[in-house]
Amino acid sequence: MVQARDLRKRFGAFEAVRGIDVDVAQGEVFGFLGPNGAGKSSTMRMIACVSPRTSGSLQVLGMDPDRDGPRIRARLGVVPQLDNLDTELSVRENLEIYGRYFGLPRRHVRAKAAELLEFARLTERAEDRVEPLSGGMKRRLTIARSLVNDPDLLLLDEPTTGLDPQARHLLWERLYQLKREGVTQIITTHYMDEAEQLCDRLVVMDGGVIVAEGSPAELIERWSTREVLELRFAPADRPGAADLERHAERVEMLPDRALLYTADGERSQAALHSAGLRPLSALVRRSTLEDVFLRLTGRTLVD
Amino acid sequence: MAVEERAPARATPAAAPRWVHGVLLVVESFWRWYRRNWRATAVSSVLQPLLFLLAFGLGFGSLIATRPGAEAATGGVPYLVWLAPALLAMSTVQSAAFEMTYPVLSGFKWQRVYLGMAATPLTGAQIALGHLVWVAAKMTLTGAVYLVLIAVFGGAASIGVLGSLGAAVLTGAAVAAPVMAFSASREDEGAAFNALFRFVVLPMTLFSGTFFPVAALPAWVQPLAWISPLWHGTELARAAALGTGTAGAVLGNLTYLLALLAVGVWLSVRLFTRRLAP
Ligand SMILES: Nc1ncnc2c1ncn2[C@@H]1O[C@H](COP(=O)(O)OP(=O)(O)O)[C@@H](O)[C@H]1O
Ligand SMILES: [Mg+2]
Repeated sequence: MVQARDLRKRFGAFEAVRGIDVDVAQGEVFGFLGPNGAGKSSTMRMIACVSPRTSGSLQVLGMDPDRDGPRIRARLGVVPQLDNLDTELSVRENLEIYGRYFGLPRRHVRAKAAELLEFARLTERAEDRVEPLSGGMKRRLTIARSLVNDPDLLLLDEPTTGLDPQARHLLWERLYQLKREGVTQIITTHYMDEAEQLCDRLVVMDGGVIVAEGSPAELIERWSTREVLELRFAPADRPGAADLERHAERVEMLPDRALLYTADGERSQAALHSAGLRPLSALVRRSTLEDVFLRLTGRTLVD
Repeated sequence: MAVEERAPARATPAAAPRWVHGVLLVVESFWRWYRRNWRATAVSSVLQPLLFLLAFGLGFGSLIATRPGAEAATGGVPYLVWLAPALLAMSTVQSAAFEMTYPVLSGFKWQRVYLGMAATPLTGAQIALGHLVWVAAKMTLTGAVYLVLIAVFGGAASIGVLGSLGAAVLTGAAVAAPVMAFSASREDEGAAFNALFRFVVLPMTLFSGTFFPVAALPAWVQPLAWISPLWHGTELARAAALGTGTAGAVLGNLTYLLALLAVGVWLSVRLFTRRLAP
C-alpha cells in the first residue's frame, strides 16, 4: 500500500524527516510512534499527498504522489492531527459535503452519511451544529468523515490526542472494527498504549529518523526486559545508579523515579530489600513500548 | 457487523472528479453553507447597500436636486438614477473585500476547511477557483436583490441596469481575486486586513466617482481614480444604465478589470497550491 525509500522532508534549512524506509502491507495497522516533533505528521502528510517530498521515493497505492496526487487522494481516508470540520454546519452536512468532494452522487452520499452516523454513534446529534460538540464527538465525526469514500487506506494522525479515557476507548473500538473489516490503517501516536493496542507493526521515530521497527511484542522483547520495577525514593536516601544496577539488567534514573529492568521484578525487589535499600514505593509491571523508547532514545515519550 | 452490511458498494469507482466538476463541488459546498447561514450575512450584503441608497440617493439627492450644476454633473438625469449603478458596483466591491479576507484566512488557519478539501481529490486551484466562483455567484444574487430595491425606489431608468449588474459583478470579482491572493499570503491573525479596509477599500469607495464625478477632485488626485477598479466598474455600470459610454472607454474599463481578475486568479491559484501543500 505504501512504500518509502530514503524519504526526506525539509522545511527551509530544517530537515523534519531524514531518510526513512517504510513498507505498509494491505490489511495491516501500521504505526508511527514518537514524541512531538519526531516528524510523524510530516511523514503522514507526504503519504496523504498534501505535502510534496523533498527527496527519496514514495509510492502510495502503487502510484507516485507527485504525479497522481488527486487519484491517490480519491482512495485515501484522512484524519488530520487538527480537526478541520465545518463547525457551522450540522454533523450530517459535514459528512454529505465531504462525500461530494470525492464526486460521489448525492444519493449515495446521503445513504453513506446515515450509515456513518450509526458507525460513529452520532445519529442522535445528526442535525446539530458541530461547534458545541465535545472533542471526542468531533474526533469520531472526523473519523466517520474519512470513511465517506470507502478508502483503501486510512491515515490517522494522533486520533485520540486530547481525549478523555472513555472517548479514547470508544475510538479504539471503532478503529478495531475497521481493522476487522480489512481496512489498512496507518496511525501516528505518542501514546505507547495506543500503539500497543492498535498496531500490528510499528516504527519508533525520533528526530526524523526511524530508530526501531517491529510488532509491539517484538520490540519489547528485543529492547526491554520482561518486567520493570519502578521505585520511588525520598530525596535524602536516593541511591546511585550503581547501587541499583547490581539487582537488575539495566537501570534508568528518571527525575522522579528509578526504573529497574529485570526478568523477575519480585526477585529484584526482594534482593533490594536484603541489601538494605528502602524505597517509598515499589511497583512491578510489564515492559511497554515506553520502555523501548526510553532505551532507544534515552528520553521518555510524553513529557 | 460485516463488511458487506456496512459499506454499500461504491457508486462509482473512486476517482478524481474532472476539473470543472471539482470547482463546482467547491461551489456547492459554499452554497450549502449559505443555505444554512444566509441570515448572518444578509444584513451586510443587502441592508447596508440599501441604507446607502436611502441616505445618499434619496436623502442627499433631494438636497442637491434644486442646486444649479447638479444636473450638469449627472448628465441630466436625477441624482438617484445617476448614483444607483455606482452603488451597485460599490456594494459588490465591499462584499468582495469582506468575503475574501477573514473567510479565506479562516479556511487556512481557523476553521481550516480548505485543508479538509485539500485532503480529497480536489486541488488547490479548484479550491481557490471554487471559492471565487461562489463569491461571484453570491454577488450576482445579492446584487439582483439590490437591483430590485433600486427599481422600487425609482433608481432604475432603463433595462440597461441589468448591464450594470453585470459590470458590478465583474468589478467585484476583479477585486475579490487579488484580495483572495493577499489573504492567502497572510500568516498573521488578519491584522493586515484592517489596513486593507482603511487604506484601500475605504478611499476606493469614496474617490471612485460613486457619489460625485471624479472631475470634481483636484486634478492631481484624478489619476489615482484610474487605478481604482471601482472607478472602472462605476464607469461601466453607468455606461450600461445611462447609455453614456463610448466604445473606447468601455473597452478600456473592461480590459483593466479583466486583467486585474486574471492576475488575481493566477496569484490565488499559485498561493493556494503552495499553502495547501507545504
Ligand atoms: N510547515 C512547516 N514548516 C516548518 N517546519 C515544520 C512544518 N511542519 C512541521 N515542521 C517542523 O518539523 C518537525 C516535525 O514536525 P511534525 O512532523 O509535525 O512532528 P510530529 O507530528 O511527530 O509531532 C517539527 O520540528 C516542526 O516544527
Ligand atoms: Mg504531529
